[in-house]
Amino acid sequence: MIGVLASVIDGVLVGAVYGLAAMGLTLIWGVMRVINLTHGAMIVLGMFIAYYLSKMAGLSPYEGIPIVVVVAFATGVGIYWIAVDRVIGRPILMSLLATFACNMILIGIGTALWTTSPYNIPVSLPGISWQGYTFTGTHMMAAAFAGLIAGLLYLFLNHARYGKAIRAVASNREAAELSGIPTKQVLAVTFGLGVALACAAGALIATLFPFTVLSGSNYQLKSFVVTVLGGLGNPAGALLGGIALGLVEGLATPFMPVSWTPIIEFALFVIVLVAFPRGIFALSRA
Amino acid sequence: MTVSTEIGRTDLGEMSLDEKGLGEKSSGEKNSGEKNSGEKNPGRQRAPDIAASRRVFPTLIFLFGVLFAVVPYWGDDVGLRESFLLAAVYITLASNLNVMIGYTGYINFGNIVFFGLGGYICVDLVTRWHWSVVVAGLMAGAAVSLLALVFGSAILRLRGAFFALATIGVNEAVRQFVANFEPWGGATGIYLSFDAYEPLGGPMAALWTVYFLLVGVMVLSLLLSYAIKTSKFGLGLLAIGQNEDAAGVLGVRTPRHKALAYSVSAFFPAVAGGLFFFKSGIIEPNGAFDLTLSIEAIVMIMLGGYGTVTGPLLGAFLYEELRGYLLTSPTVSQLQLVIAGALLLAMVLFAPGGLVGFIHQRWPRSRILLQ
Repeated sequence: MIGVLASVIDGVLVGAVYGLAAMGLTLIWGVMRVINLTHGAMIVLGMFIAYYLSKMAGLSPYEGIPIVVVVAFATGVGIYWIAVDRVIGRPILMSLLATFACNMILIGIGTALWTTSPYNIPVSLPGISWQGYTFTGTHMMAAAFAGLIAGLLYLFLNHARYGKAIRAVASNREAAELSGIPTKQVLAVTFGLGVALACAAGALIATLFPFTVLSGSNYQLKSFVVTVLGGLGNPAGALLGGIALGLVEGLATPFMPVSWTPIIEFALFVIVLVAFPRGIFALSRA
Repeated sequence: MTVSTEIGRTDLGEMSLDEKGLGEKSSGEKNSGEKNSGEKNPGRQRAPDIAASRRVFPTLIFLFGVLFAVVPYWGDDVGLRESFLLAAVYITLASNLNVMIGYTGYINFGNIVFFGLGGYICVDLVTRWHWSVVVAGLMAGAAVSLLALVFGSAILRLRGAFFALATIGVNEAVRQFVANFEPWGGATGIYLSFDAYEPLGGPMAALWTVYFLLVGVMVLSLLLSYAIKTSKFGLGLLAIGQNEDAAGVLGVRTPRHKALAYSVSAFFPAVAGGLFFFKSGIIEPNGAFDLTLSIEAIVMIMLGGYGTVTGPLLGAFLYEELRGYLLTSPTVSQLQLVIAGALLLAMVLFAPGGLVGFIHQRWPRSRILLQ
């Protein structure tokens, strides 16, 4: 029983990081109705920035996060102006393909630069032992950082002037434009923020598991599951969705072979999508 | 039938505007423009065009198929056959996917699930019960179509991005399930022994037989795509692609149409999957349910021009040739993905109608031959 509890707690810790990644995806969808298929590549970008910061500058991934966020933000704004700006408001196929094309380009460059061999960032943090189970320090630290960044995003969106502008654009772009908000700029900034969240999550995930250039697609799929659980376009829901996914993973691990968890995840994903397209947490908000 | 081609056309040229309202407005303008030109040369001009196209187009597709089958056989060129075989598979995938994406306007990211499941069912029937590959392939197609009808009815309630995500979910769920499904060999998959090729006259002859069968599947896919586009059913699908609610109001039974389109678009990819994996001699989950190939099929459709019959054909053929060239060329093989991605991005941003859309815009008369 305690084993299950320990597994669940660990799942929730990792799930919080998945939630952080998914927040980037859901923020972009919520504001501009674009599913960002560069998401996976951005998570990997975050991993590699953190890797080089720790290798070249000796910064731990936690100290490196501000730099990761700044670089990621600039990358995101760049991608927005190159690929996304022209497809906003066009059929969903166009934005899916435009972002997917960027994904192909980035993954192609990444593979040429770093091959597909695995990398890892050695981080050692003291864990907490409890009843013979050890909670890894990196897992707790990553979850704490995920919570911190999510909290900052919440404060920014709800209290900062610019955050309010983002929410205004999300709810009605024409009205926001009429009220004097430079909506294009807001969209670009939002895309940058979404990418920054993905990269920050990537940097945190890099402290937990080894990674390759191609790991992104796996985490991107997880982000889809999380966003759907939390409701597309709902950043707070994304964090809860991430925790819910972690809960499911943690609960499943003691009872069945690890290879079965993805089946449960994706089955859950499709069922939730069909039955509750606005997410399972939408009910409480309605 | 005039209407159906016109709608397809507007779809192509003007899709670039707006989903919410602008798009409809512009398509209205476009339609009225077409009507005006129709009034200038009343009936006479257009009707023979359509009739000519109806006579010529299926024959053209058929001739293309014959050429496709015969050229490598006469030259006895195995390398060319392998390249054309892959092209035939791509064309089959892209053409059927186009029924969902180009006609109905539903983005199916997970269409490869049909290909993979068809492959598994066919290979299983061949190895376990020693069925002939033709019967096994047809059986796989029927089974997968039926499954698609059931699943489709559920997930087609979703629209736009939600549907696209759900199809990814279905593909991943099936892939993970098959990877754990022991009767199908789990993660290692199923291997075919050489005995499996004996009924077709040994492995060498079997390769040619499978190639001809795949070309046949390709031709049938293209003809099906054409038949759908020129039928009342296809008109309903095109209407759904334009505006689903309006189509419903006008009497298109949208849920039934969508589920049927989904199911129909599953049949030939499943058969092709069966033949392809029979030929490969091995099927394993990551190769069978490869999401990348699924998305590459969308790239092919975009390249050629979505919503047209010949678009996926041209797009898939060009993409296969390009990919083959990029993979073998030593200077750019590293950057194969980068070039393909840049090409896709350029198409999406600057020529959303694809190659065929561009040709139609330049030479409107070309629509007789390039449906």
